[in-house]
Amino acid sequence: MLLNREDVEKLCLLSRLEITPEEMEDVSAKLSDIVNMVKQLQAAETTGVLPMAHPLDQAQRMREDKATETDHHEKYQQNASLVERDLYLVPKVID
Amino acid sequence: MHEATIAHLAQSLKDRKVSSKELTKYFLERISRLDTSLNSFITVCEEEALAQADSADELLATGDATPLTGIPIAHKDIFCTEGVKTSCGSRILDNFISPYDATVVSKLKAAGAVMLGKTNMDEFAMGSSNETSFYGVVHNPWDTTRVPGGSSGGSAAAVAAQLVSGATGTDTGGSIRQPAALTGITGLKPTYGRVSRYGMVAFASSLDQAGTLTKTAEDSALMLQAMAGADERDSTSLSAIVPDFSKAQKSAWENITIGVPDNFFDDSLDTKNAQLVKEALSVFEKLGARIKDIHLKHIHLSVPVYYVVAPAEASSNLSRFDGVRFGHRSEHAENLTEFYMKTRGEGFGSEVKRRILTGTYVLSAGYYDAYYLQAQKVRQLISQDFAEAFKTVDVIAGPTTPTPAFRIGQKTDDPIQMYLNDMYTIGAPLAGLPALSMPCGFINNLPVGLQLTGPHLSEEKLLKAGYYYQQETDWHNFVPPGYEA
Repeated sequence: MLLNREDVEKLCLLSRLEITPEEMEDVSAKLSDIVNMVKQLQAAETTGVLPMAHPLDQAQRMREDKATETDHHEKYQQNASLVERDLYLVPKVID
Repeated sequence: MHEATIAHLAQSLKDRKVSSKELTKYFLERISRLDTSLNSFITVCEEEALAQADSADELLATGDATPLTGIPIAHKDIFCTEGVKTSCGSRILDNFISPYDATVVSKLKAAGAVMLGKTNMDEFAMGSSNETSFYGVVHNPWDTTRVPGGSSGGSAAAVAAQLVSGATGTDTGGSIRQPAALTGITGLKPTYGRVSRYGMVAFASSLDQAGTLTKTAEDSALMLQAMAGADERDSTSLSAIVPDFSKAQKSAWENITIGVPDNFFDDSLDTKNAQLVKEALSVFEKLGARIKDIHLKHIHLSVPVYYVVAPAEASSNLSRFDGVRFGHRSEHAENLTEFYMKTRGEGFGSEVKRRILTGTYVLSAGYYDAYYLQAQKVRQLISQDFAEAFKTVDVIAGPTTPTPAFRIGQKTDDPIQMYLNDMYTIGAPLAGLPALSMPCGFINNLPVGLQLTGPHLSEEKLLKAGYYYQQETDWHNFVPPGYEA
């Protein structure tokens, strides 16, 4: 297989995504198949071709640097599982 | 009433032969009676719909109506709808009530359309069969043992079974056109940026585009009219003038040249499907169109390009689902890293996980140039091939899918086979082009589609070709057995 258990574990950590031990073999096999499929791109002759940045070759539109949004935090925080004094709570980060 | 197109219903509403409230109640009853066999809706909004219908009836009484005022529609559950659950087909958003409307939603609301509910979809629009939804598989109304296509499978099944007059969808690699083809309806993916992406949950931002699923190209023009246009909340939306699509599509026929890529008629294509597409082309020939053989040199690489670019963008876009500000939150974590990993591990389904991991792989150190940068170069070549072709042809025609709808479960264990389903539809979004699929016949009582692709901002051309084709044919009038009444 192109990607072994260790490779997948590293990708899972980078992606912050837990895979159960039961899923591991299936995930490695299918990821290997996908990487194998996209490998055929490497045979394409692309010398001097610019990578595509935007389907329509558009430039980013600029606007005046002025605040336009109003405060919606109460409404938005209704979707959060844990909020205290208007702050989102996460598990302890610093001891 | 259910068999009428949006255009017909608009006339009936205008003539006061029926009220929006009557229509809304009528379609809500159909949903509750018939959707048990399809699972095309995740949320039905009865109360909101009846209130919107009342407002629509007031507008119709004062003569301030648009062609969509009072028309019952549904939104794919990828569009944010204020006060209504927006799940994107995922467990991670199962508890998410959107605090605002997507631009598409607010525009259709402003036009007076009545939202009956939110339709089922592949999780985060990642899928070609509507089998990856947290809310279960959607069944194809033509044969409920088969898939409706995906990712806008719920919208397609609902329109095909006439549970709703029209629906919104999104298309990243074929997610409007492929399900439209497999359910026998008309699906339009506009030019990248024609319709605002604001409030549309992002999958692959350089490809995602909102569009329409309707019975006819005439109805597609009516919906697109309300949805299209620049939006200051989406800097990638186009400032190009929005033409009068209905007027343009009904203007006098001009003889066009239709390019037919030989690459679209290879061994992957079902022979009967190829024959039906050729018959559709002969309809255009009778109208006076010229058919020209063309070759798209790099199109065979569109599937591998897509499966680098789309997962790469998805792995970045989906990093916002962290369990802190909204969505599912794991209760089994001791520290922050574990918290993220468990929240996302529990919240995402296997196809979404696969794409995030693929995206992370192709963007990681040592692989970026070989995969991501190379894919973006080949994408440029695919786009240049289209541009070259459009120097001599007005539109490009071919099949939408290689085969009719496949059986539920048939391809779930083989992602590559599933991905190859989109081999004819992926080219257009890679190049940002508009494309339309419409029904062109049946194979063993299962519909298949004809796909037309045009240059940037050529929706009028596609909608006109669709309108004239549907004046000459009646494939769009067929209704799946069991859903006629």
